[in-house]
Amino acid sequence: MRIHLPRTLDEALEIKATDPEAVPLAGGTDLMVLLNFDRLRPAAMLEVSRLPELRAWRWENGTFLLGAGVTYSRIVSSLTEFKPLVEASRTVGSPQIRNRATIGGNLGTASPAGDALPVLAAYDAEVVLIKAGGKTRTLPWHQFLVGPKRNALAPDELILGVRWTVTRGPGSFSKIGTRNAMVIAVAGLCLVMDEGQRQLRVALGSVGPTILRAPDAEAFASKALTGAGAWEDPRAALPPRVLEEFGERVAAAARPIDDVRGTAAYRRHACRVLGRRALAWALEDRKLRG
Amino acid sequence: MIIRLKVNGEWRQADVWPGASLLHVLREHLGLVGSKNACEQGECGSCSVWLDGDLVCSCLVLAAQAHEREVQTVESLAEGPRLHPVQEAFLEAGAVQCGFCTPGLIVAVADLLQHDPAPSELTIREALAGNLCRCTGYAKIIDAVKLAAQKMGNA
Ligand SMILES: Cc1cc2nc3c(=O)[nH]c(=O)nc-3n(C[C@H](O)[C@H](O)[C@H](O)COP(=O)(O)OP(=O)(O)OC[C@H]3O[C@@H](n4cnc5c(N)ncnc54)[C@H](O)[C@@H]3O)c2cc1C
Ligand code: FES
Ligand code: FES
Repeated sequence: MRIHLPRTLDEALEIKATDPEAVPLAGGTDLMVLLNFDRLRPAAMLEVSRLPELRAWRWENGTFLLGAGVTYSRIVSSLTEFKPLVEASRTVGSPQIRNRATIGGNLGTASPAGDALPVLAAYDAEVVLIKAGGKTRTLPWHQFLVGPKRNALAPDELILGVRWTVTRGPGSFSKIGTRNAMVIAVAGLCLVMDEGQRQLRVALGSVGPTILRAPDAEAFASKALTGAGAWEDPRAALPPRVLEEFGERVAAAARPIDDVRGTAAYRRHACRVLGRRALAWALEDRKLRG
Repeated sequence: MIIRLKVNGEWRQADVWPGASLLHVLREHLGLVGSKNACEQGECGSCSVWLDGDLVCSCLVLAAQAHEREVQTVESLAEGPRLHPVQEAFLEAGAVQCGFCTPGLIVAVADLLQHDPAPSELTIREALAGNLCRCTGYAKIIDAVKLAAQKMGNA
């Protein structure tokens, strides 16, 4: 097994160009499990967990670029303005896992149960890929996550990071599992309210082959708020049963299966409950903020 | 491949299979068997060490990733025969039964108390979510953390 230990992103991209078989290794919390259990024997590996260019983040004209190498621990301690992302990061594994595991690894693995992914979908994020010579390619999240554990990364590319437009408004991430910690989600949901665009976005994890948005539920809630004048006045009363109806429409967007972690019916029900609660929290939050 | 790393303050070197984990190298090449191998998949925390000061599962670190870096294991905590206050607290509180989970827990608790010298019970439970114990039922482990916090506050 060839091991590459580049010091800079440029060096890493050169290696990727000449040795495209080299599997990028970040926190190792997905890859090392495969390696330890002999389920993967790559011809080469490329260590990326220390590349300073991937461990950075920056704001640029209203957007935020989060480097692929940023760990969940650093998100929790330093990026508190992105509340749903922090909430999702806090639910990942244990302190030991969060100290190593990265956003880039969650995207690389592209599991439908990746907890950061519904948040990125609700942010309408785009994934920035880079190859030798610094050439970048940007894909909307749904063109990057193409299926269960499948993404659109080319062999000569690395994930540089993920970028989204910074919005104003409440939001949350919640997930259902069998334990309060160290649990793979049976269902996960992120809701984001964008006060500027007067839009509501909701994304689901673990209830389909990949991350799903619930466009019908989103349109329904945005319209209900518009009809009630609630975008202008957070205290305006919404018509009855908006929360229930929203929950129904969120559940209808799920494409769940039965597996060891839960049945399809349970997952659909979980989406209904998570959706209803997330909208209730967001509306409450807006009232408090005025 | 040859890797070189600073373990418990001392530079060490080992000729290892490139796919080996840090845990494997600590135990099988460097003779540091305090870190335990139980699951090799990040679930149990019995292999917990510090890598450049961060608490990590050494089974999930490729040894090559620790090349030219600093690792601290449970062996670094006692000073000769003098136990670390967290180790004393575990003994006094009766938080050790078979002892297999103990080294990982000691490291995780020492890490917690470095960041939060007086953690609440909820914080303790959250901080130890990645350390499994099959014997004690955790109640005495939580007692031990509180006792250690007291000892370290008094020291
Ligand atoms: C005990 C345990 C608990 C866990 N709990 C959760 C949980 O609650 N929620 C959750 O979502 N996940 C969980 N995971 C899974 C894992 O921690 C996450 O998916 C994490 O985000 C992976 O990041 P990593 O840096 O460790 O990835 P790695 O294992 O290093 O890599 C994963 C994949 O991404 C690729 N990759 C990484 N970085 C790049 C890059 N810059 N460019 C191109 N490809 C790249 C790798 O080649 C590989 O295919 C858990 C894992 C363990 C072991
Ligand atoms: S052996 Fe590393 S977490 Fe279990
Ligand atoms: S004391 Fe036996 S596993 Fe914890």
